[in-house]
Amino acid sequence: MKNKKTRNLLCTLLLAAVLLGLLLYIDNSDLKSSMLSAVLQKGAIYALLVVSMNLLNGFTGLFSLGQAGFMLLGAYTYAILTIPVAQRANVYQYFDGGLVQFQMPQLPALILAGIVAALFAALIGAPVLRLKSDYLAIATLGFAEILRAVIQWEKLGPLTNASNILRKFTGYSSILFPFIVAGICIAVIVLLINSTYGRAFKAIREDEIAAEAMGINLMKHKMISFCTSSFFAGIGGALLAMFQHNVQAKSFTTAMTYEILLIVVIGGIGSITGSILGSFLYVACSEWWLRFLDNPTVIGTFKVPLLGHGFRMVVFSVVIMVIVLFYRQGLMGTREFSWDAIFAFFGKVGRFFKGLFGGKKTVKGGAVNE
Amino acid sequence: MLKVENLHVSYGGIRAVKGISFEVPEGSIVTLVGANGAGKSTTLRTIAGQVKAQEGSITYNGEELLGKSSDEIVKRGITLVPEGRRVFPDMTVLENMKIGAYLRRDKLDDDIEWCYQLFPRLKERHWQQAGTLSGGEQQMLAVARALMSRPKLIMMDEPSLGLAPLIVRDIFQIIREINKQGVTILLIEQNANMALHTANRGYVMETGEIILSGPGRELLENPVIQEAYLGK
Repeated sequence: MKNKKTRNLLCTLLLAAVLLGLLLYIDNSDLKSSMLSAVLQKGAIYALLVVSMNLLNGFTGLFSLGQAGFMLLGAYTYAILTIPVAQRANVYQYFDGGLVQFQMPQLPALILAGIVAALFAALIGAPVLRLKSDYLAIATLGFAEILRAVIQWEKLGPLTNASNILRKFTGYSSILFPFIVAGICIAVIVLLINSTYGRAFKAIREDEIAAEAMGINLMKHKMISFCTSSFFAGIGGALLAMFQHNVQAKSFTTAMTYEILLIVVIGGIGSITGSILGSFLYVACSEWWLRFLDNPTVIGTFKVPLLGHGFRMVVFSVVIMVIVLFYRQGLMGTREFSWDAIFAFFGKVGRFFKGLFGGKKTVKGGAVNE
Repeated sequence: MLKVENLHVSYGGIRAVKGISFEVPEGSIVTLVGANGAGKSTTLRTIAGQVKAQEGSITYNGEELLGKSSDEIVKRGITLVPEGRRVFPDMTVLENMKIGAYLRRDKLDDDIEWCYQLFPRLKERHWQQAGTLSGGEQQMLAVARALMSRPKLIMMDEPSLGLAPLIVRDIFQIIREINKQGVTILLIEQNANMALHTANRGYVMETGEIILSGPGRELLENPVIQEAYLGK
C-alpha cells in the first residue's frame, strides 16, 4: 500500500517534470510560435474552462449554459483594466480614450476578472438557481446572450468600447503562464470537490430531496458551486483574451459554451482528469489534426472528394454522435486517472503477451531450475 | 417533545392537511396510519421544513419550528428518512452515511461503528455503490444515513414500501431497537398492522384529518380500523 503510494507520487512527479521540461524547451525554441505551442496554450486554458463547467454541470448537477457569458465578463474586466494608459486613446478611438484612465498590474486584474464574473453569478443566481434542469439552462443561456448584447451597447462605449475590439492589454510572454494559472485554479477546484462541500454538491446532483432531508441547504450550496464555477470561468476568459491578444464581445457566442459543454461530455461528466484530457484532445483535433479536412487535397491528379471548407465540422459532428451513442460515459466516465489503473492495465497486457510468446521460455526456465 | 397543533397545509390548490393536532412524547414510537393521499407525507415534510404551512404551529421542546429552513431543523435533531429511500445511487454506502452527518463537525467513527452494529450488511457492503443494493438494504442505508446526524427524533416515511414481508419484519425490529437506544420515532405507514403493533400511540388520518387516535394496541381492536385497514 505504502509502496504503491510512493510509486504513484514518483510517477506523478516524473510526469510533471517531463511536461515542465517539454514546455520549457518549447518556450525557448523556435517551436514557441508553432501550432504545437498554440494548441498546448489553448488546451490549458480550455482545461480550466471545462473543469469549471464540470464543477457546476457534472458535480453539482446544475445544467447551466452561461459559461460564455462569464468568460466574457472575465475577459472584458481584465482587458479594460490592463490597457496601458498611453494606448487608451488609440484603443478607445471613438470614445475619447474611454472612462478608465489607469492600468492595473496583471495578477490583481486577473483575480478581479474572476471576482466580477462571480459577482454577476451571485446576482443572477438567487432567482435563476430556483429553476430546475432545462429551465435553468434556458435562463443562463439567456443571461449570456443578453450580456453579449449589452456589452456592445453604444452607451457603454466609454467603458467597453462598444462593439469595437479591445487590444494592447497586458499579455504573457512565457507559454508557462497559462499552464501555471490554470494549474493553480484546477487544484483549487479539486480541493473544493474533495472537501465536505464537494460531497454535498454530489448529494444535490444525485437527489435534491434526500440532500435537503440530510440538512444540506440547497440554495447555499448551489450558490457556492455557481459562483465558484463562474469565478474560474472569468479567469479562463481573461486567459483566453491574453492568448488571443484581443477581445471582442461578439466572439463569445453560445457556440463557445456548447464547445466547452461538449468537452465536458467527451471527457466524462464528473471527471476532472477526463476534462483536462478532453480539452487537449479537442483543441488539438479541432485546431490542428483535423485541419487537413478543410483543405482541398490533390494527390497526383486525383482530387480527394468532399475535402473542402467546412468538412472538418462535418467529421467532427459525426465523431461526437458516435461518442454520444457508443461511448456515453465519455473518456473517463466519473472515474479519475490513476496510476494504479495504468499499472494494472500494463500488467494485464504484459501477462497477455507472456501467454502468447512466453510459453516455451517458461518450459526452458523450468528445465534450468531442475 | 414534538407538538403539532391545528396544522393546515395546502399546495397546488389542494388542501392536503386540514387542521390536525398530535403529540410525540420523548422516547416513544408514534405512528400516523392512513391510505394514499391522506396527507401523512405532507405532514412529515412540513415538520422537516420542506413544505410551508398555512396555519397552525409545530413546537419542538417548546420552540416553534414553522418558518425554519430544513437544515436548521436537522441541526435541532429532527431527521427525515424520505419516502422511497432516496439513497444517493452513485455514491458508496460509506459516502452516503457521511452525507447524513453533513452538519456535524466532530468525529464520525463511533457513529459509523454504531450503524454497522445495527446493520451488519452495510459493513459488508460499505464500498459498494448504493444504487446496487437491494431494496431492503437501501432502506437500511436510508435509516443509517439519518442516524448519522445523531437525531433525537427520527421521522420515517413508509419504511416498508415495496419490501418483502420478511424484510419488513426486520426493518420494524430495527425501528424498535433504535427506539430502545433512546431515539424518539415518528412513523408513517400504510401497513397499519405492523405500525400499530410497534407503536406506543397511533393516529389514523383520512383526507387530511385525524379521525381516530389512541394507544397502538387499542386501535388494532377498533372495528373501524379492522374493517378499513386490516381487512377483517
